[in-house]
Amino acid sequence: MFAQLTQFESPPVDFFSLTPLFILVGGAVVIMLVTSLSPRPIPGWFSTAVSVAASAGAAVVAMVLWNDVRESGPYSTVSDAIGIDGFSLFFTVLVSLGVIATALVGDAYVRREHIAAPEFHALLLTAATGAIVMASANDLVVMFIGLESLSIGLYILAAMQFRRPHGREAAMKYFVLGAFSSAFLLYGIALVYGTTGSTSLIVIRERTSSLGAMVSPSELLIVGIALLLVGFAFKVAAAPFHFWAPDVYEGSGSPVSGFMASVAKAAAFAGLLRVVVVALGANEGDWAVPLAVLSAISIIVGAVMAITQNDVKRMLAFSSVGHAGYILVGVQAATAEGMSSALFYLFAYTFMVIGSFAVVSVIGWDNGHPIERYEGLAKRRPWLAGAFTVFLLAQAGVPMTAGFVAKFLVIKSAVAEEIYWLAILAMVASVITAFMYLRIVMAMWARDADVDDAPRLAVAPATAFVVAAAVAITLVYGIIPDSLIEFTRDAVPALVAGN
Amino acid sequence: MIDLIVFLVAAAICLVGAVGVVVARNPVHSALMLVMTLFGIAVHFVAQEAHFLAAVQVIVYAGAIVVMFLFVIMLLGVDVHTKLDLGGLKGQRVAAAAFGVVGLGVLVFLMTRVEDGITSQPAGTPIDPNTPDINQLAHSLFDQYVFAFELTSVLLIIAVIGAVILSRKPRPELEESQGGES
Amino acid sequence: MLVNQFLLLGAFLFCTGVYGVLARRNAVMVLMSIELMLNAVNINLLTFGYLHNAVSGQVFALFIIAVAAAEVAVGLAIILLIYRNRASINVDELDLMRG
Repeated sequence: MFAQLTQFESPPVDFFSLTPLFILVGGAVVIMLVTSLSPRPIPGWFSTAVSVAASAGAAVVAMVLWNDVRESGPYSTVSDAIGIDGFSLFFTVLVSLGVIATALVGDAYVRREHIAAPEFHALLLTAATGAIVMASANDLVVMFIGLESLSIGLYILAAMQFRRPHGREAAMKYFVLGAFSSAFLLYGIALVYGTTGSTSLIVIRERTSSLGAMVSPSELLIVGIALLLVGFAFKVAAAPFHFWAPDVYEGSGSPVSGFMASVAKAAAFAGLLRVVVVALGANEGDWAVPLAVLSAISIIVGAVMAITQNDVKRMLAFSSVGHAGYILVGVQAATAEGMSSALFYLFAYTFMVIGSFAVVSVIGWDNGHPIERYEGLAKRRPWLAGAFTVFLLAQAGVPMTAGFVAKFLVIKSAVAEEIYWLAILAMVASVITAFMYLRIVMAMWARDADVDDAPRLAVAPATAFVVAAAVAITLVYGIIPDSLIEFTRDAVPALVAGN
Repeated sequence: MIDLIVFLVAAAICLVGAVGVVVARNPVHSALMLVMTLFGIAVHFVAQEAHFLAAVQVIVYAGAIVVMFLFVIMLLGVDVHTKLDLGGLKGQRVAAAAFGVVGLGVLVFLMTRVEDGITSQPAGTPIDPNTPDINQLAHSLFDQYVFAFELTSVLLIIAVIGAVILSRKPRPELEESQGGES
Repeated sequence: MLVNQFLLLGAFLFCTGVYGVLARRNAVMVLMSIELMLNAVNINLLTFGYLHNAVSGQVFALFIIAVAAAEVAVGLAIILLIYRNRASINVDELDLMRG
């Protein structure tokens, strides 16, 4: 017995590459410890500050690591469980920026809704940890636990708005459907494990590309992939697995909805890209067509259902389903170009959607989001209306915004792969959705409202900063997208073993 | 032969329990049926030489998780539940059953065709019949899966925060001090 | 038929769980059905691990048990939350929202 104990050597750990994760979890622990141990009440801004500082620190470390990776190539650490490559660092930066924006917008939100600030921010940070792990995982076990950390964190964040009945219901729906989809994903993972005999994505890629070394029948892997697609489609809110999204986005607090639509969606796409597109790349024939179909259905559902809504938050939810469809256009192309276009889209969309939900959070101060409330907003709050207009036009894909470049890139990648039907569908649908976005814009600028609720629409400085930054990013990357495109080109998953 | 008998008995327990969980009218019966299924599964785990996991299955799953279920059911009161879920759900039941049967058909077709036989070298720690399985588990857990192990602690932090914040009674004066002023 | 029987049992448990989630409207029962699905996955993982002669299947199952415990804790907390405010945990009665 003891002889075996001495044989054991713990695997080498490159602690510096894990620093972004340590900083985020550490930030959460600091928030919880300080606020619960302090003898006097800690002001609400403390949690926000720690949250922002931790995410900023994680982003900075990720940029340093990014330089290392560019110079000396990608590597894996902790027994090849975590891959440090352009892809994982891209998502580390993206998720960190998403947390900063959500934390700043959430500062005013938690005060208004009387939500416990420390827990809100601690959950944001730990959920972000899960999101980053999903994007970095080289192992299905790690990927799954990252996914659950993110999902469980989000269930709680959605449920925190429990003083509003819609919030409680949204949380329940989200929880049941989320756990249900996780079970499907797990069954898929079990079948993939059964076929390949390993949970390591590196080994899975080797075995699936060489064939022969696997358990027969080959249908086992196909059904496994199908279940994985179902699980991930739930998480990215792609139709026909989107039905939770409108209710949950509507019922959760606006900053939380923004977090779900940006960070959670990005993390789920990261998992999809890493597991299905890269590790199971040899089986492209099994997943490319289903992904294209999912993409087409999402685009159509997103466009058609968004038009029929009268609630701005539900409109944004359905448009988020549509955007998942557009991102899938890039994913299903399964080329380097397609992947980088999907990453560009995710980056651009993150800021558009967090900005949009920040504006919605201000205007829907009592959790009512009918479109009538936006009438005449330009007269009452010209800057807010202007910023919202930019976000909506960017989501519609109007030139000079990042949204246009993103749509252009994904459609281009589909055309390059000669999947013309999807490219045409995407273009036609973007015209239809443009109508929905213009409806809100028209309500804001062309109509007059006799109500004067301007005093209620107080914009906290932190929220204003996030909105302004998101507008700037949306416009800058719309006009000069080259640097971001280059960034996404380098951000490919490597799946290499060893240090 | 003895293997087959053990399998059949345990499988019968599992199946009866599983069906019981989804059809029982009373949630308490459902929870007890779930315990039965979990015990049956633990027997299968023993049959597959996973003794430690069988113990975990009984102690954690049947012992802790189901007790949590029962606790909540009792807390909420059984009478309320027995009044629920009736009427207007016929179509949904049929659709659910159809979905389940089709899924089962696909999986049965698939699983009967899985060939028994090792076609590849195991990745990671292979099972060594001469070492207790708990040692092998520990080796694998703290070598190949050490990151996942550590990450589980983050997951548990999240669950603890969530359970505390969602189930504590609202205390207005505390909330004001936390969320009100800066 | 050494491994197929276990895999068949897993498939049956999984489909029973799927039926339970879709057919039952009581949130606690839905949660229990999800537990059935997770257990089906555990059986599969152990069987495949046995087939491949690898410990990793058992380790994965161990993680799933831990995750399931966390998930149930949060799920039951949400159910309690709703119950405290509404005195009903029938999923179908959660119809304040459209769709």
